Amino acid sequence: MRFMVILKATAESEAGVPPTTEDFETMGAFIEELMDAGVLLAADGLHPSSIGARIYFDGEQKTVVDGPFTETKELIAGYFLIETKSLEEAVEWFKRYPILRPGQGANLEIRRVAQAEDFGDEFTPEQREAVARRDAAAAGNS
Amino acid sequence: MATDTHRAIEAVWRIESARLVAGLTRLVRDIGVAEELAQDALVAALEQWPADGVPRNPGAWLMTIAKRRAIDQIRRDVTFHRKIAEVGRDLAEAVPDIGVQVAEDDGIGDDLLRLVFVACHPILSAEARAALTLRLFGGLTTDEIARAFLVPEPTVAQRIVRAKKTLATARVPFEVPRGDELAARLASVLEVVYLIFNEGYSATAGDDWMRPELCADALRLGRILARLAPREPEVHGLVALMEIQASRAAARTGPTGEPILLADQNRARWDHLLIRRGLAALARAETLTTPSTQPEPTASASTRPDSTRPEPAASASTRPELAASARSEPAASASALPDSAASGSARAGGHPGPYFLQAAIAACHARARRFEGTDWVRIAELYERLAQVAPSPVVELNRAVALSMAYGPAVGLALLDQLMAFPALRNYHLLPSARGDFLAKLGRHAEARLEFERAASLTRNERERTLLLNRARASPAAEVGANEPPVEPSGHRRAPARPS
Repeated sequence: MRFMVILKATAESEAGVPPTTEDFETMGAFIEELMDAGVLLAADGLHPSSIGARIYFDGEQKTVVDGPFTETKELIAGYFLIETKSLEEAVEWFKRYPILRPGQGANLEIRRVAQAEDFGDEFTPEQREAVARRDAAAAGNS
Repeated sequence: MATDTHRAIEAVWRIESARLVAGLTRLVRDIGVAEELAQDALVAALEQWPADGVPRNPGAWLMTIAKRRAIDQIRRDVTFHRKIAEVGRDLAEAVPDIGVQVAEDDGIGDDLLRLVFVACHPILSAEARAALTLRLFGGLTTDEIARAFLVPEPTVAQRIVRAKKTLATARVPFEVPRGDELAARLASVLEVVYLIFNEGYSATAGDDWMRPELCADALRLGRILARLAPREPEVHGLVALMEIQASRAAARTGPTGEPILLADQNRARWDHLLIRRGLAALARAETLTTPSTQPEPTASASTRPDSTRPEPAASASTRPELAASARSEPAASASALPDSAASGSARAGGHPGPYFLQAAIAACHARARRFEGTDWVRIAELYERLAQVAPSPVVELNRAVALSMAYGPAVGLALLDQLMAFPALRNYHLLPSARGDFLAKLGRHAEARLEFERAASLTRNERERTLLLNRARASPAAEVGANEPPVEPSGHRRAPARPS
């Protein structure tokens, strides 16, 4: 099963405070451990929302809003993509996540990545075919 | 709550068991004993954690318990002195540590690598190696392994018990082989990983075309191995091959589970994360092979002293009619039919090895946005190189398909006609399947239909049989694409022989 581990933003990450040499070392060691176990597929950190943007859709109306966004705790500062046998295994791995600022803590959310085989009977053969056609058309147009 | 803890223990076990067994094997020098000790520690965890909670460092906790028991056991052992002599130094090191700090991180990677080499030792059958490796490194239970390979659970349990006994009797040393031995032993390890992958990727028997869990286990093993042996190009080659093949998983089956051939796959459904990882692994493998022997397909053959093949004409790869005839004698390995790649020299030692070459072929497909954009000339060249490194009729079969795509079905058919003489291919369904394909393209529909029917009668996979019968029925009017299996670089529907 593939999981996305979402690292929530903090005041510090949103302020764009660059990681220290020690931070790189600590996080590097954790990432190495995930790689050694063959669990890690990808990982990235994100810049603060101040250099990001949002697009709101409302019917035909599209509104583009530049960052920063205020609800820090709901923002994302980075993610890991991992492959494990179960949610428990993903949880067990990320209980080992090294908190960079012990005083401040960290906030992780683990979500299962939807893959084709996850859809059951509700996703009918006709619908699957329709999606396949749509994908094919999209691939042809790009 | 107890159930939650049990699930957490299961997860900890999956994460820690290989390291645990590896560290313990260094201490007791016996995989079987090490595994028992690790199991004892697991039982202790099942007893204590539900009440006390999961410890902060569960791996160290388990290791402390297991090592304590190891030492108790050795002390109790009537052959104490003999054992002491065997493990002397390690024991002396371990005793003062007990109860203080046991999970030294140094050397754990080395221990894991040693454990892989022992578990995949060539004195064991491929099936036994696969079962033992899945158990020790994948943390799978015998029941899970049995279900994955569609064999009864007692069979797997017995295989594992016997394998451990064989290793103990032969006193297989707990070490990473060196020098010349390394290549052969590494080949044995890679063969096991790819066997597990293939068993998941193209199920040879039963109703399913794929068993994705098994593919995931093999991929994980491969990724671990790439970290343990980062200087070995073939390890990265194998990882690249598996990542790229796995990237097609979602596109390989249709709505009712029927196989979809490579030509007809919706490439938008390929997993581009896995493709990217595969191409990166391939690039790593490439930087580890000597550049001077890289580009010239014929150069590598002429410098191989053990090449059993007739020297190909210098420009064979660019002249299909020559290439087709130069292979009139695919070498002696016909009996090793499906696992040609694994039976070749796995360590490139400067030459691109069989896994690297297969991954390079897979990469050609992965890079083509559409089937029509496939670089068949390059694929045919790569198959020719593969035929030099790991000669087998199956590789020749794949090469015939590539040649037909690059230069026309008549060229491919000429090579296939030669292959029909091989006993190893007599009952191999992909040969008539490919012949049927070429014949249909040449407009010889009646012959094509017979070949598809023959292929259908030979396959043991239900899904595939249906597909082939459909092609037989449709062949007079069919507009035929390439048949997936020969085109896919694996081409080896290798499965452990099972009692069926």
